[in-house]
Amino acid sequence: MSFFSFGQSAEIDIVLKDAETRKKVEHKTEDGKKDKYFLLYDGETVSGNVNVTLKNPGKRLEHQGIKMEFIGQIELYYDRGNHHEFVSLVKDLARPGELTQSQTFDFEFTHVEKPYESYTGQNVKLRYFLRATVSRRLNDISKEMDIVVHTLSTYPELNSSIKMEVGIEDCLHIEFEYNKSKYHLKDVIVGKIYFLLVRLKIRHMEIDIIKRETTGTGPNVYHENDTIAKYEIMDGAPVRGESIPIRLFLAGYEMTPTMRDINKKYSVRYYLNLVLIDEEERRYFKQQEITLWRKGDMVKKSMSHQAAIASQRFEGSSSAEKALAQAQAKEQEQ
Amino acid sequence: MSDPTVADTRRLNSKPQDLTDAYGPPSNFLEIDVYDPQTIGVGRNRFTTYEVRMRTNLPIFKLKDSVVRRRYSDFEWLKNELERDSKIVVPPLPGKALKRQLPFRGDEGIFEESFIEERRVGLEQFINRLAGHPLAQNERCLHMFLQDESIDRNYIPGKVRK
Repeated sequence: MSFFSFGQSAEIDIVLKDAETRKKVEHKTEDGKKDKYFLLYDGETVSGNVNVTLKNPGKRLEHQGIKMEFIGQIELYYDRGNHHEFVSLVKDLARPGELTQSQTFDFEFTHVEKPYESYTGQNVKLRYFLRATVSRRLNDISKEMDIVVHTLSTYPELNSSIKMEVGIEDCLHIEFEYNKSKYHLKDVIVGKIYFLLVRLKIRHMEIDIIKRETTGTGPNVYHENDTIAKYEIMDGAPVRGESIPIRLFLAGYEMTPTMRDINKKYSVRYYLNLVLIDEEERRYFKQQEITLWRKGDMVKKSMSHQAAIASQRFEGSSSAEKALAQAQAKEQEQ
Repeated sequence: MSDPTVADTRRLNSKPQDLTDAYGPPSNFLEIDVYDPQTIGVGRNRFTTYEVRMRTNLPIFKLKDSVVRRRYSDFEWLKNELERDSKIVVPPLPGKALKRQLPFRGDEGIFEESFIEERRVGLEQFINRLAGHPLAQNERCLHMFLQDESIDRNYIPGKVRK
């Protein structure tokens, strides 16, 4: 803020190079609202330009230098003062001097490492942002632009099913099975519960997804448990030999990939909680961790298919349809 | 080659159920009735007893059909034993009704028919909830309460071995 009415100030505006075409995703802010941000991936180059617009045209803006930073940092809510920066890149845009008119500066950070996914949680936040700063003697002028990073994985080579027998001796024995141990965020959990011994009066059974965020180390470890989903899989009393199927679609729930010991600061893990409830409201449960991962979006259609669609606009419909059908057939053969 | 973008949601294979399991009596049969209140004695030494009948097919109970007579203080004794010796959260008993035991009441006090009926329902709910608890089923005091003719208050508390 300028205390001198006859001083000069400026507005900074950061624009990414491919802002028109780049995808934006929704991301929760700390106060629970959802905003849209540009989506970037690990290794991608971050480039664009900065517009410095003088507030009082005609007056000069003296400065000690203009720079652009790309920062990735972790902020623990109980330790707000300390930001842990795990990525910190700087590009000088202008040497100390003065601006006589509004100006635009280009910047480029090539192949930037973005090792972790953006995350806003209960006790911790990991964010990436660009920050443009015009340094001045008394007070700097700066502007931040948050971006969101997603970490992608491919289908794991090893993905064994989870199968276990649990129970209370002589009272209740069940065998539960989940088809995989690693699920992607739009996957389906397919499983079954097989009853080996039922000497309790069970009334119903549900499966819950629990998210556990762990922050801190040593004696100061905080666990935040959040039940993301509750899904009833059985209503009524089972007997021995019965098999109850499970089919739980994950795409409907807001979840992140499993994050283990991020920069030694926090973890976010997911658990399936199988809960059986008897006639007297007593609850019996078994928790099992699953690994969640993020799959990349579908690969873009082949060029020949796109060309066929484009040609439909110019040629007569029948010939374009034939071209489209041929392109589709070729694609299916591959 | 199956399309990896669409998940396979077919059910997992499971063993077919044995028909005797499917249509036979369930293994969790347990029913306890508290009924037939009888007020015994005269004047100030009166008390009410209830018949407690248990029918079950749970192997942990020695008798599959048992009948005993119990009074309210026996139920209290059971609650106290379990609260002391086990980690169970014991369900609540119907009230002690001390007010009803004061003199100069217009009615029969604790021998009032409606009160006895209210108490009978509460005791039945109490014992059914308790007997179905897997941990309570391990306690000697529960077995003695349900299946021994009388309660030996000098018994040795402990667990029932299966």
